Amino acid sequence: MGYTIAYKILLTHIKKKRIAAGEFIEARIDLALGNDITAPLAIEQFKRYGVKRVFDANKIVLVPDHFTPAKDSRSANQCKILSGFAREQKIKNYFEIGYMGIEHALLPEKKLVLPGDLIIGADSHTCTYGALGCYATGVGSTDLARAFIDGRCWFRVPRTKRFIYFGKLSRWIGGKDLILYTIGNIGVDGALCEVMEFAGPVIGKLGMDDRFTMANMAIEAGARAGIIEPDEITLRYINPAPREYKVYHSDRDANYEKIYEYDISKIEPQVACPHLPSNVKSVSELKNIKLEQVVIGSCTNGRISDLRIAARILKNKKVKAGLRLIVIPATQKIYLEAIEEGLAEVFLAAGGVFSTPTCGPCLGGHMGVLAEGESCLATTNRNFIGRMGSPESFVYLSSPAVAAASAVKGRISHPDEVS
Amino acid sequence: MIIKGRVHKFGDDVNTDDIISAKYLVSTNAEELGVHCMESIRPNFARCVKRGDIIVAGKNFGCGSSREHAPLAIKGCGIKAVIAESFAGIFFRNAINIGLPFLEIKHINEISEGDYLEIDLSNGIIKNLNNNDVYHSQSFPEFLQDIIKQGGLMNYIMKQRKVRCIR
Repeated sequence: MGYTIAYKILLTHIKKKRIAAGEFIEARIDLALGNDITAPLAIEQFKRYGVKRVFDANKIVLVPDHFTPAKDSRSANQCKILSGFAREQKIKNYFEIGYMGIEHALLPEKKLVLPGDLIIGADSHTCTYGALGCYATGVGSTDLARAFIDGRCWFRVPRTKRFIYFGKLSRWIGGKDLILYTIGNIGVDGALCEVMEFAGPVIGKLGMDDRFTMANMAIEAGARAGIIEPDEITLRYINPAPREYKVYHSDRDANYEKIYEYDISKIEPQVACPHLPSNVKSVSELKNIKLEQVVIGSCTNGRISDLRIAARILKNKKVKAGLRLIVIPATQKIYLEAIEEGLAEVFLAAGGVFSTPTCGPCLGGHMGVLAEGESCLATTNRNFIGRMGSPESFVYLSSPAVAAASAVKGRISHPDEVS
Repeated sequence: MIIKGRVHKFGDDVNTDDIISAKYLVSTNAEELGVHCMESIRPNFARCVKRGDIIVAGKNFGCGSSREHAPLAIKGCGIKAVIAESFAGIFFRNAINIGLPFLEIKHINEISEGDYLEIDLSNGIIKNLNNNDVYHSQSFPEFLQDIIKQGGLMNYIMKQRKVRCIR
Protein backbone atom coordinates (compact mmCIF):
# COMPACT_ATOMS: atom_id res chain seq x y z
CA MET A 1 0.00 0.00 0.00
CA GLY A 2 1.40 3.40 -1.00
CA TYR A 3 1.65 6.62 0.99
CA THR A 4 -0.26 9.89 0.84
CA ILE A 5 1.54 13.22 0.48
CA ALA A 6 0.84 13.89 4.18
CA TYR A 7 2.62 10.69 5.25
CA LYS A 8 5.56 11.33 2.94
CA ILE A 9 6.10 14.78 4.44
CA LEU A 10 5.77 13.50 8.02
CA LEU A 11 8.22 10.66 7.26
CA THR A 12 10.95 12.97 6.05
CA HIS A 13 10.78 14.83 9.35
CA ILE A 14 11.28 11.84 11.67
CA LYS A 15 13.91 9.16 12.04
CA LYS A 16 11.58 6.21 11.46
CA LYS A 17 11.09 4.55 8.08
CA ARG A 18 7.38 3.73 8.43
CA ILE A 19 4.38 5.27 10.12
CA ALA A 20 0.79 4.20 10.67
CA ALA A 21 -2.43 6.04 11.48
CA GLY A 22 -2.99 6.70 15.17
CA GLU A 23 0.69 6.40 16.05
CA PHE A 24 2.35 9.18 18.07
CA ILE A 25 5.50 10.69 16.59
CA GLU A 26 7.88 13.48 17.50
CA ALA A 27 8.93 15.37 14.39
CA ARG A 28 11.39 18.09 13.48
CA ILE A 29 9.55 21.15 12.17
CA ASP A 30 10.64 23.63 9.49
CA LEU A 31 8.77 26.68 10.79
CA ALA A 32 6.84 27.76 13.89
CA LEU A 33 4.38 30.65 13.82
CA GLY A 34 2.68 32.73 16.51
CA ASN A 35 0.48 35.83 16.61
CA ASP A 36 -0.43 38.58 19.08
CA ILE A 37 -2.99 36.34 20.84
CA THR A 38 -1.17 33.00 20.98
CA ALA A 39 2.53 33.95 21.13
CA PRO A 40 2.42 35.92 24.42
CA LEU A 41 1.26 32.76 26.21
CA ALA A 42 4.06 30.78 24.52
CA ILE A 43 6.70 33.39 25.35
CA GLU A 44 5.51 33.44 28.96
CA GLN A 45 6.05 29.66 29.19
CA PHE A 46 9.39 29.79 27.37
CA LYS A 47 10.65 32.33 29.92
CA ARG A 48 9.12 30.59 32.93
CA TYR A 49 11.22 27.52 32.18
CA GLY A 50 14.38 29.61 32.07
CA VAL A 51 15.37 28.82 28.49
CA LYS A 52 17.74 31.44 27.13
CA ARG A 53 17.76 31.05 23.34
CA VAL A 54 15.27 29.77 20.77
CA PHE A 55 16.38 26.72 18.77
CA ASP A 56 16.71 28.65 15.51
CA ALA A 57 15.68 32.29 15.16
CA ASN A 58 15.28 31.86 11.39
CA LYS A 59 12.59 29.24 11.79
CA ILE A 60 10.27 31.33 13.92
CA VAL A 61 7.72 33.82 12.57
CA LEU A 62 5.80 36.30 14.71
CA VAL A 63 2.91 38.29 13.23
CA PRO A 64 0.84 40.76 15.26
CA ASP A 65 -2.32 40.62 13.14
CA HIS A 66 -5.37 39.82 15.28
CA PHE A 67 -5.97 42.94 17.36
CA THR A 68 -3.71 45.26 15.36
CA PRO A 69 -3.25 48.15 14.95
CA ALA A 70 -3.64 47.68 18.71
CA LYS A 71 -7.30 48.09 19.60
CA ASP A 72 -6.64 48.92 23.27
CA SER A 73 -3.80 49.09 25.78
CA ARG A 74 -3.99 45.42 26.75
CA SER A 75 -3.68 44.25 23.14
CA ALA A 76 -0.89 46.82 22.67
CA ASN A 77 0.87 45.15 25.56
CA GLN A 78 0.56 41.74 23.87
CA CYS A 79 2.10 43.17 20.69
CA LYS A 80 4.90 44.65 22.79
CA ILE A 81 5.66 41.18 24.19
CA LEU A 82 6.03 39.94 20.58
CA SER A 83 8.27 42.75 19.36
CA GLY A 84 10.40 42.56 22.52
CA PHE A 85 10.89 38.81 22.15
CA ALA A 86 11.74 39.19 18.45
CA ARG A 87 14.41 41.78 19.28
CA GLU A 88 15.86 39.81 22.17
CA GLN A 89 15.98 36.51 20.21
CA LYS A 90 17.01 38.14 16.90
CA ILE A 91 13.92 36.80 15.12
CA LYS A 92 14.01 38.61 11.79
CA ASN A 93 10.62 37.37 10.67
CA TYR A 94 8.67 39.66 12.94
CA PHE A 95 6.31 41.82 10.90
CA GLU A 96 5.41 45.17 12.40
CA ILE A 97 2.29 46.92 11.13
CA GLY A 98 3.15 48.64 7.88
CA TYR A 99 4.96 45.47 6.81
CA MET A 100 2.39 43.18 8.31
CA GLY A 101 -0.40 41.13 6.84
CA ILE A 102 -2.82 38.50 8.04
CA GLU A 103 -0.38 35.69 8.80
CA HIS A 104 -1.85 33.08 6.46
CA ALA A 105 -1.73 35.43 3.49
CA LEU A 106 1.61 36.91 4.51
CA LEU A 107 3.72 33.76 4.97
CA PRO A 108 3.08 32.36 1.46
CA GLU A 109 3.55 35.84 -0.02
CA LYS A 110 6.96 36.14 1.70
CA LYS A 111 7.79 32.59 0.57
CA LEU A 112 8.39 31.49 4.14
CA VAL A 113 6.38 28.32 3.51
CA LEU A 114 7.29 25.95 0.68
CA PRO A 115 6.24 22.53 -0.65
CA GLY A 116 7.35 19.59 1.48
CA ASP A 117 7.66 21.67 4.67
CA LEU A 118 6.34 20.62 8.06
CA ILE A 119 4.90 23.74 9.67
CA ILE A 120 3.16 24.41 12.96
CA GLY A 121 1.37 27.61 13.85
CA ALA A 122 -0.39 28.65 17.01
CA ASP A 123 -3.42 29.57 14.95
CA SER A 124 -6.01 27.12 13.69
CA HIS A 125 -5.91 28.42 10.11
CA THR A 126 -2.25 27.46 9.73
CA CYS A 127 -3.68 24.67 7.55
CA THR A 128 -3.90 27.31 4.76
CA TYR A 129 -0.31 26.59 3.62
CA GLY A 130 -1.26 23.03 2.69
CA ALA A 131 -2.38 24.56 -0.62
CA LEU A 132 1.34 24.65 -1.47
CA GLY A 133 1.81 20.93 -0.86
CA CYS A 134 3.24 21.17 2.62
CA TYR A 135 1.94 19.76 5.92
CA ALA A 136 0.83 22.74 7.96
CA THR A 137 -1.22 22.43 11.12
CA GLY A 138 -2.63 24.53 13.94
CA VAL A 139 -1.35 23.93 17.45
CA GLY A 140 -1.59 25.65 20.84
CA SER A 141 0.67 28.08 22.68
CA THR A 142 2.40 25.37 24.73
CA ASP A 143 3.25 23.50 21.51
CA LEU A 144 4.74 26.74 20.23
CA ALA A 145 6.74 27.29 23.44
CA ARG A 146 8.12 23.77 23.12
CA ALA A 147 9.00 24.33 19.45
CA PHE A 148 10.85 27.52 20.46
CA ILE A 149 13.03 25.32 22.69
CA ASP A 150 13.92 22.35 20.48
CA GLY A 151 12.22 22.80 17.10
CA ARG A 152 10.07 19.74 17.56
CA CYS A 153 6.41 18.88 17.96
CA TRP A 154 4.35 15.76 18.76
CA PHE A 155 1.80 14.50 16.26
CA ARG A 156 -0.80 11.78 16.21
CA VAL A 157 -0.49 10.42 12.66
CA PRO A 158 -3.81 11.23 10.94
CA ARG A 159 -5.77 9.32 8.32
CA THR A 160 -6.42 11.05 4.99
CA LYS A 161 -9.69 11.65 3.14
CA ARG A 162 -9.42 12.54 -0.54
CA PHE A 163 -11.87 14.98 -2.15
CA ILE A 164 -12.01 14.90 -5.94
CA TYR A 165 -13.74 17.73 -7.79
CA PHE A 166 -14.73 17.39 -11.44
CA GLY A 167 -17.12 19.04 -13.89
CA LYS A 168 -17.33 22.57 -15.24
CA LEU A 169 -16.51 25.48 -12.97
CA SER A 170 -19.34 27.91 -13.73
CA ARG A 171 -19.31 31.69 -13.43
CA TRP A 172 -19.08 33.03 -9.84
CA ILE A 173 -17.99 29.66 -8.44
CA GLY A 174 -14.61 29.60 -6.73
CA GLY A 175 -12.63 27.94 -3.97
CA LYS A 176 -14.92 29.33 -1.25
CA ASP A 177 -18.02 27.73 -2.81
CA LEU A 178 -16.23 24.39 -3.19
CA ILE A 179 -15.05 24.27 0.39
CA LEU A 180 -18.40 25.45 1.82
CA TYR A 181 -20.16 22.83 -0.31
CA THR A 182 -17.77 20.19 1.04
CA ILE A 183 -18.18 21.19 4.68
CA GLY A 184 -21.95 21.31 4.17
CA ASN A 185 -21.71 17.75 2.89
CA ILE A 186 -19.43 16.20 5.54
CA GLY A 187 -20.15 18.42 8.58
CA VAL A 188 -17.98 20.32 11.04
CA ASP A 189 -16.47 17.07 12.28
CA GLY A 190 -16.52 15.33 8.89
CA ALA A 191 -12.73 15.06 8.83
CA LEU A 192 -12.08 15.17 12.57
CA CYS A 193 -8.34 14.87 13.27
CA GLU A 194 -7.79 13.74 9.67
CA VAL A 195 -6.12 15.22 6.59
CA MET A 196 -8.26 16.52 3.71
CA GLU A 197 -6.54 16.10 0.36
CA PHE A 198 -8.12 18.21 -2.40
CA ALA A 199 -7.67 16.89 -5.95
CA GLY A 200 -9.20 16.45 -9.38
CA PRO A 201 -9.43 18.46 -12.61
CA VAL A 202 -11.26 21.40 -11.02
CA ILE A 203 -8.52 21.92 -8.42
CA GLY A 204 -5.98 21.82 -11.27
CA LYS A 205 -7.73 24.83 -12.81
CA LEU A 206 -7.90 26.91 -9.63
CA GLY A 207 -5.36 29.65 -9.04
CA MET A 208 -3.36 29.75 -5.81
CA ASP A 209 -5.69 32.25 -4.10
CA ASP A 210 -8.67 29.88 -4.48
CA ARG A 211 -6.55 26.97 -3.33
CA PHE A 212 -5.49 28.84 -0.19
CA THR A 213 -9.18 29.52 0.53
CA MET A 214 -9.96 25.80 0.36
CA ALA A 215 -7.03 24.61 2.49
CA ASN A 216 -7.76 27.44 4.95
CA MET A 217 -11.19 26.05 5.84
CA ALA A 218 -10.13 22.40 6.25
CA ILE A 219 -10.11 23.10 10.00
CA GLU A 220 -13.82 23.96 9.74
CA ALA A 221 -14.42 20.26 9.02
CA GLY A 222 -12.18 19.36 11.97
CA ALA A 223 -9.19 18.45 9.80
CA ARG A 224 -5.60 18.74 11.03
CA ALA A 225 -4.44 19.71 7.53
CA GLY A 226 -5.81 20.46 4.06
CA ILE A 227 -3.37 19.54 1.31
CA ILE A 228 -3.17 20.04 -2.45
CA GLU A 229 -0.39 18.26 -4.36
CA PRO A 230 1.94 20.76 -6.05
CA ASP A 231 1.57 21.30 -9.81
CA GLU A 232 2.73 23.89 -12.33
CA ILE A 233 0.54 26.57 -10.76
CA THR A 234 2.14 25.93 -7.37
CA LEU A 235 5.66 26.02 -8.78
CA ARG A 236 4.97 29.21 -10.70
CA TYR A 237 3.78 30.79 -7.44
CA ILE A 238 6.80 29.83 -5.34
CA ASN A 239 9.59 30.26 -7.87
CA PRO A 240 12.15 31.68 -7.66
CA ALA A 241 12.17 30.08 -4.21
CA PRO A 242 14.48 31.46 -1.51
CA ARG A 243 15.58 27.99 -0.36
CA GLU A 244 15.34 24.33 -1.32
CA TYR A 245 12.00 22.61 -1.25
CA LYS A 246 10.68 19.16 -2.06
CA VAL A 247 7.62 18.26 -4.12
CA TYR A 248 5.67 15.19 -2.96
CA HIS A 249 2.71 13.43 -4.54
CA SER A 250 0.39 10.80 -3.14
CA ASP A 251 1.03 7.30 -4.47
CA ARG A 252 -1.63 5.88 -6.79
CA ASP A 253 -2.30 3.08 -4.33
CA ALA A 254 -2.17 5.37 -1.30
CA ASN A 255 -4.30 4.38 1.64
CA TYR A 256 -7.30 6.69 2.02
CA GLU A 257 -9.87 6.55 4.78
CA LYS A 258 -12.49 7.57 2.23
CA ILE A 259 -12.69 9.14 -1.24
CA TYR A 260 -15.39 11.69 -2.07
CA GLU A 261 -16.21 12.71 -5.64
CA TYR A 262 -18.10 15.91 -6.37
CA ASP A 263 -19.49 17.00 -9.74
CA ILE A 264 -19.55 20.75 -9.25
CA SER A 265 -21.03 21.67 -12.67
CA LYS A 266 -24.43 22.53 -11.25
CA ILE A 267 -23.61 24.05 -7.89
CA GLU A 268 -24.67 27.60 -7.13
CA PRO A 269 -22.73 30.08 -4.98
CA GLN A 270 -22.81 28.71 -1.43
CA VAL A 271 -23.63 30.45 1.85
CA ALA A 272 -23.06 29.09 5.37
CA CYS A 273 -25.88 30.22 7.66
CA PRO A 274 -25.73 30.84 11.42
CA HIS A 275 -24.29 29.33 13.55
CA LEU A 276 -22.07 26.66 11.96
CA PRO A 277 -19.86 26.62 8.83
CA SER A 278 -21.63 23.37 7.87
CA ASN A 279 -25.09 24.98 7.78
CA VAL A 280 -24.69 25.57 4.04
CA LYS A 281 -27.36 26.56 1.52
CA SER A 282 -27.36 27.67 -2.10
CA VAL A 283 -27.61 31.44 -2.39
CA SER A 284 -30.98 31.32 -4.17
CA GLU A 285 -32.52 29.44 -1.23
CA LEU A 286 -31.91 32.50 0.94
CA LYS A 287 -34.62 35.04 0.23
CA ASN A 288 -34.94 38.32 2.08
CA ILE A 289 -32.03 37.93 4.49
CA LYS A 290 -31.51 41.61 5.27
CA LEU A 291 -27.96 42.63 6.17
CA GLU A 292 -26.53 45.43 8.31
CA GLN A 293 -22.90 44.67 7.41
CA VAL A 294 -20.74 43.01 4.77
CA VAL A 295 -17.06 42.17 5.40
CA ILE A 296 -14.70 41.27 2.56
CA GLY A 297 -11.29 40.13 3.79
CA SER A 298 -9.60 37.69 6.23
CA CYS A 299 -7.08 34.85 5.85
CA THR A 300 -9.78 33.05 3.87
CA ASN A 301 -10.68 35.66 1.24
CA GLY A 302 -8.60 38.83 1.56
CA ARG A 303 -6.25 38.17 -1.36
CA ILE A 304 -5.91 40.26 -4.51
CA SER A 305 -8.11 38.05 -6.70
CA ASP A 306 -10.84 38.24 -4.04
CA LEU A 307 -10.68 42.03 -4.10
CA ARG A 308 -10.70 42.06 -7.92
CA ILE A 309 -13.91 40.00 -8.03
CA ALA A 310 -15.56 42.25 -5.44
CA ALA A 311 -14.47 45.41 -7.26
CA ARG A 312 -15.75 44.12 -10.61
CA ILE A 313 -19.23 43.80 -9.06
CA LEU A 314 -19.10 47.06 -7.10
CA LYS A 315 -17.76 49.24 -9.91
CA ASN A 316 -20.05 52.25 -10.56
CA LYS A 317 -22.48 50.99 -7.94
CA LYS A 318 -23.38 52.11 -4.44
CA VAL A 319 -23.58 50.13 -1.26
CA LYS A 320 -27.23 49.91 -0.11
CA ALA A 321 -28.12 52.82 2.18
CA GLY A 322 -27.82 51.79 5.82
CA LEU A 323 -25.45 48.90 5.14
CA ARG A 324 -21.81 49.00 6.25
CA LEU A 325 -19.28 47.54 3.80
CA ILE A 326 -15.82 46.86 5.23
CA VAL A 327 -13.08 45.72 2.84
CA ILE A 328 -9.79 44.54 4.34
CA PRO A 329 -6.89 43.53 2.10
CA ALA A 330 -4.97 40.72 3.79
CA THR A 331 -1.44 42.14 3.47
CA GLN A 332 0.35 45.43 2.93
CA LYS A 333 1.35 44.24 -0.58
CA ILE A 334 -2.25 43.42 -1.50
CA TYR A 335 -3.29 46.81 -0.09
CA LEU A 336 -0.81 48.57 -2.39
CA GLU A 337 -1.85 46.47 -5.39
CA ALA A 338 -5.50 47.32 -4.70
CA ILE A 339 -4.62 51.00 -4.78
CA GLU A 340 -2.51 50.69 -7.94
CA GLU A 341 -5.22 48.72 -9.75
CA GLY A 342 -7.90 51.22 -8.76
CA LEU A 343 -9.78 48.69 -6.64
CA ALA A 344 -9.51 50.80 -3.48
CA GLU A 345 -11.16 53.66 -5.34
CA VAL A 346 -14.05 51.41 -6.41
CA PHE A 347 -14.71 50.36 -2.79
CA LEU A 348 -14.47 53.91 -1.46
CA ALA A 349 -16.61 55.40 -4.24
CA ALA A 350 -19.23 52.73 -3.58
CA GLY A 351 -19.46 53.89 0.03
CA GLY A 352 -17.32 51.18 1.59
CA VAL A 353 -14.56 51.29 4.20
CA PHE A 354 -11.08 50.24 3.03
CA SER A 355 -8.89 49.24 5.97
CA THR A 356 -5.28 48.41 6.71
CA PRO A 357 -4.69 44.62 7.08
CA THR A 358 -6.08 43.06 10.26
CA CYS A 359 -7.98 39.94 11.37
CA GLY A 360 -10.15 42.44 13.32
CA PRO A 361 -13.85 41.80 12.66
CA CYS A 362 -13.54 38.08 11.78
CA LEU A 363 -13.15 37.19 15.45
CA GLY A 364 -15.13 40.09 16.86
CA GLY A 365 -11.93 41.91 17.78
CA HIS A 366 -12.36 45.38 16.29
CA MET A 367 -12.98 47.18 12.96
CA GLY A 368 -16.58 46.03 12.59
CA VAL A 369 -17.99 44.31 15.69
CA LEU A 370 -21.71 43.47 15.51
CA ALA A 371 -24.54 44.75 17.74
CA GLU A 372 -27.48 42.71 19.04
CA GLY A 373 -29.85 41.56 16.33
CA GLU A 374 -27.54 42.53 13.46
CA SER A 375 -26.76 40.28 10.49
CA CYS A 376 -23.48 40.24 8.62
CA LEU A 377 -22.36 38.46 5.49
CA ALA A 378 -18.61 37.89 5.64
CA THR A 379 -16.03 36.21 3.44
CA THR A 380 -14.42 34.91 6.65
CA ASN A 381 -14.40 31.34 7.97
CA ARG A 382 -16.50 31.00 11.13
CA ASN A 383 -20.05 31.94 12.04
CA PHE A 384 -20.31 30.57 15.58
CA ILE A 385 -22.60 32.29 18.10
CA GLY A 386 -21.07 35.67 18.98
CA ARG A 387 -18.08 35.17 16.66
CA MET A 388 -18.20 38.73 15.31
CA GLY A 389 -19.62 40.46 18.38
CA SER A 390 -22.94 40.21 20.21
CA PRO A 391 -24.11 36.65 21.01
CA GLU A 392 -27.41 37.86 19.52
CA SER A 393 -25.91 38.69 16.12
CA PHE A 394 -25.96 36.52 12.98
CA VAL A 395 -23.03 35.72 10.68
CA TYR A 396 -23.33 34.29 7.17
CA LEU A 397 -20.27 33.14 5.19
CA SER A 398 -19.80 33.40 1.42
CA SER A 399 -17.44 34.16 -1.44
CA PRO A 400 -16.36 37.75 -2.25
CA ALA A 401 -18.71 37.74 -5.29
CA VAL A 402 -21.82 37.03 -3.20
CA ALA A 403 -20.61 39.44 -0.51
CA ALA A 404 -20.15 42.31 -3.00
CA ALA A 405 -23.53 41.71 -4.67
CA SER A 406 -25.21 41.52 -1.27
CA ALA A 407 -23.63 44.82 -0.21
CA VAL A 408 -25.32 46.49 -3.20
CA LYS A 409 -28.72 44.87 -2.63
CA GLY A 410 -28.71 45.10 1.17
CA ARG A 411 -29.74 41.46 1.43
CA ILE A 412 -28.09 38.14 0.56
CA SER A 413 -28.04 38.12 -3.24
CA HIS A 414 -26.76 36.15 -6.22
CA PRO A 415 -24.03 38.03 -8.13
CA ASP A 416 -26.18 37.73 -11.28
CA GLU A 417 -28.71 40.08 -9.68
CA VAL A 418 -26.33 43.04 -9.94
CA SER A 419 -24.23 42.30 -13.01
CA MET B 1 -6.44 10.59 40.92
CA ILE B 2 -10.17 10.76 41.69
CA ILE B 3 -12.36 13.65 40.56
CA LYS B 4 -15.85 14.00 42.03
CA GLY B 5 -18.24 16.67 40.86
CA ARG B 6 -21.52 17.84 39.48
CA VAL B 7 -22.26 17.71 35.74
CA HIS B 8 -22.74 20.75 33.53
CA LYS B 9 -24.18 19.34 30.32
CA PHE B 10 -23.57 20.79 26.85
CA GLY B 11 -24.47 19.71 23.30
CA ASP B 12 -22.41 19.00 20.17
CA ASP B 13 -19.81 21.29 18.57
CA VAL B 14 -19.11 23.49 21.61
CA ASN B 15 -16.53 25.77 19.98
CA THR B 16 -13.69 27.84 21.37
CA ASP B 17 -15.64 31.07 20.80
CA ASP B 18 -18.32 29.62 23.10
CA ILE B 19 -15.73 28.60 25.68
CA ILE B 20 -13.97 31.97 25.72
CA SER B 21 -14.99 34.86 23.49
CA ALA B 22 -12.12 36.49 21.53
CA LYS B 23 -12.71 39.82 23.23
CA TYR B 24 -11.17 38.39 26.39
CA LEU B 25 -8.00 37.17 24.69
CA VAL B 26 -6.03 40.12 26.02
CA SER B 27 -5.19 38.10 29.12
CA THR B 28 -3.25 34.89 29.73
CA ASN B 29 -4.49 34.55 33.32
CA ALA B 30 -6.61 31.42 33.85
CA GLU B 31 -8.74 32.87 36.69
CA GLU B 32 -9.48 36.05 34.74
CA LEU B 33 -10.42 34.03 31.65
CA GLY B 34 -12.44 31.62 33.78
CA VAL B 35 -14.86 34.37 34.85
CA HIS B 36 -16.06 34.56 31.20
CA CYS B 37 -16.09 30.84 30.43
CA MET B 38 -19.11 29.85 28.23
CA GLU B 39 -20.48 33.37 28.66
CA SER B 40 -22.08 33.76 25.22
CA ILE B 41 -24.00 30.46 25.34
CA ARG B 42 -24.65 30.23 29.11
CA PRO B 43 -24.24 33.68 30.67
CA ASN B 44 -24.03 32.67 34.36
CA PHE B 45 -21.95 29.55 33.82
CA ALA B 46 -18.79 30.58 35.70
CA ARG B 47 -20.81 31.65 38.74
CA CYS B 48 -22.69 28.33 38.82
CA VAL B 49 -19.53 26.20 38.77
CA LYS B 50 -18.36 24.74 42.07
CA ARG B 51 -14.70 23.80 42.27
CA GLY B 52 -14.40 20.20 41.10
CA ASP B 53 -17.39 20.23 38.74
CA ILE B 54 -17.31 18.42 35.40
CA ILE B 55 -18.33 19.41 31.87
CA VAL B 56 -20.09 16.71 29.85
CA ALA B 57 -20.64 17.43 26.16
CA GLY B 58 -21.45 15.83 22.82
CA LYS B 59 -19.21 15.43 19.83
CA ASN B 60 -16.45 17.73 18.52
CA PHE B 61 -15.90 19.58 21.81
CA GLY B 62 -13.51 22.53 21.47
CA CYS B 63 -13.77 22.94 17.71
CA GLY B 64 -12.63 26.19 16.11
CA SER B 65 -9.61 28.22 17.04
CA SER B 66 -6.26 27.18 18.52
CA ARG B 67 -6.61 29.46 21.54
CA GLU B 68 -5.16 27.67 24.55
CA HIS B 69 -7.12 30.25 26.51
CA ALA B 70 -10.11 27.88 26.07
CA PRO B 71 -8.84 24.99 28.25
CA LEU B 72 -7.25 27.62 30.53
CA ALA B 73 -10.65 29.30 31.02
CA ILE B 74 -12.25 25.92 31.78
CA LYS B 75 -9.56 25.22 34.37
CA GLY B 76 -9.73 28.77 35.67
CA CYS B 77 -13.45 28.63 36.45
CA GLY B 78 -12.97 25.53 38.58
CA ILE B 79 -13.90 22.70 36.20
CA LYS B 80 -11.73 19.65 36.94
CA ALA B 81 -12.46 17.46 33.90
CA VAL B 82 -14.24 17.43 30.56
CA ILE B 83 -16.04 14.35 29.25
CA ALA B 84 -17.22 14.35 25.63
CA GLU B 85 -18.17 12.02 22.82
CA SER B 86 -15.23 13.40 20.79
CA PHE B 87 -12.77 16.29 20.94
CA ALA B 88 -11.47 18.62 18.23
CA GLY B 89 -7.80 18.13 17.33
CA ILE B 90 -6.24 21.32 18.68
CA PHE B 91 -8.32 21.30 21.87
CA PHE B 92 -7.16 17.72 22.43
CA ARG B 93 -3.50 18.81 22.13
CA ASN B 94 -3.99 21.85 24.34
CA ALA B 95 -5.75 19.90 27.09
CA ILE B 96 -2.93 17.31 27.13
CA ASN B 97 -0.25 20.00 27.03
CA ILE B 98 -1.64 22.02 29.96
CA GLY B 99 -2.81 19.01 31.96
CA LEU B 100 -6.60 19.45 31.83
CA PRO B 101 -8.07 15.95 32.31
CA PHE B 102 -10.50 14.89 29.59
CA LEU B 103 -12.16 11.62 28.66
CA GLU B 104 -13.98 10.28 25.60
CA ILE B 105 -17.05 8.10 26.08
CA LYS B 106 -19.99 7.10 23.91
CA HIS B 107 -22.68 7.19 26.63
CA ILE B 108 -23.18 10.94 26.81
CA ASN B 109 -26.98 10.62 26.57
CA GLU B 110 -27.07 8.60 29.78
CA ILE B 111 -25.61 11.49 31.78
CA SER B 112 -27.84 14.42 32.79
CA GLU B 113 -27.33 17.97 33.96
CA GLY B 114 -26.68 17.97 37.70
CA ASP B 115 -25.67 14.29 37.99
CA TYR B 116 -22.77 13.56 40.33
CA LEU B 117 -19.88 11.71 38.71
CA GLU B 118 -16.79 10.09 40.14
CA ILE B 119 -13.89 9.78 37.70
CA ASP B 120 -10.89 7.59 38.34
CA LEU B 121 -8.25 9.05 36.03
CA SER B 122 -5.86 6.15 36.58
CA ASN B 123 -8.16 3.69 34.77
CA GLY B 124 -10.62 5.98 32.95
CA ILE B 125 -13.64 4.58 34.80
CA ILE B 126 -16.53 7.00 35.38
CA LYS B 127 -19.23 6.25 37.96
CA ASN B 128 -22.57 8.05 37.90
CA LEU B 129 -23.36 8.40 41.62
CA ASN B 130 -27.02 9.22 40.86
CA ASN B 131 -27.81 5.82 39.37
CA ASN B 132 -24.61 3.78 39.86
CA ASP B 133 -24.05 3.45 36.08
CA VAL B 134 -20.43 2.88 35.09
CA TYR B 135 -18.84 4.13 31.87
CA HIS B 136 -15.43 3.12 30.55
CA SER B 137 -13.40 5.67 28.62
CA GLN B 138 -10.55 4.72 26.35
CA SER B 139 -7.23 4.94 28.16
CA PHE B 140 -4.58 7.21 26.69
CA PRO B 141 -1.60 5.76 24.86
CA GLU B 142 1.64 5.62 26.83
CA PHE B 143 3.17 8.71 25.20
CA LEU B 144 0.27 10.93 26.30
CA GLN B 145 0.13 9.35 29.74
CA ASP B 146 3.79 10.28 30.21
CA ILE B 147 3.03 13.93 29.39
CA ILE B 148 0.01 13.92 31.71
CA LYS B 149 2.07 12.32 34.51
CA GLN B 150 4.64 15.09 34.25
CA GLY B 151 1.86 17.70 34.55
CA GLY B 152 2.00 18.88 30.96
CA LEU B 153 4.23 19.16 27.92
CA MET B 154 6.69 21.75 29.22
CA ASN B 155 7.56 19.72 32.33
CA TYR B 156 7.88 16.63 30.15
CA ILE B 157 10.27 18.33 27.71
CA MET B 158 12.37 19.99 30.39
CA LYS B 159 12.77 16.70 32.21
CA GLN B 160 13.84 14.98 28.97
CA ARG B 161 16.40 17.70 28.33
CA LYS B 162 17.81 17.38 31.81
CA VAL B 163 18.14 13.61 31.39
CA ARG B 164 19.91 14.17 28.07
CA CYS B 165 22.36 16.65 29.68
CA ILE B 166 23.23 14.27 32.53
CA ARG B 167 23.89 11.45 30.07
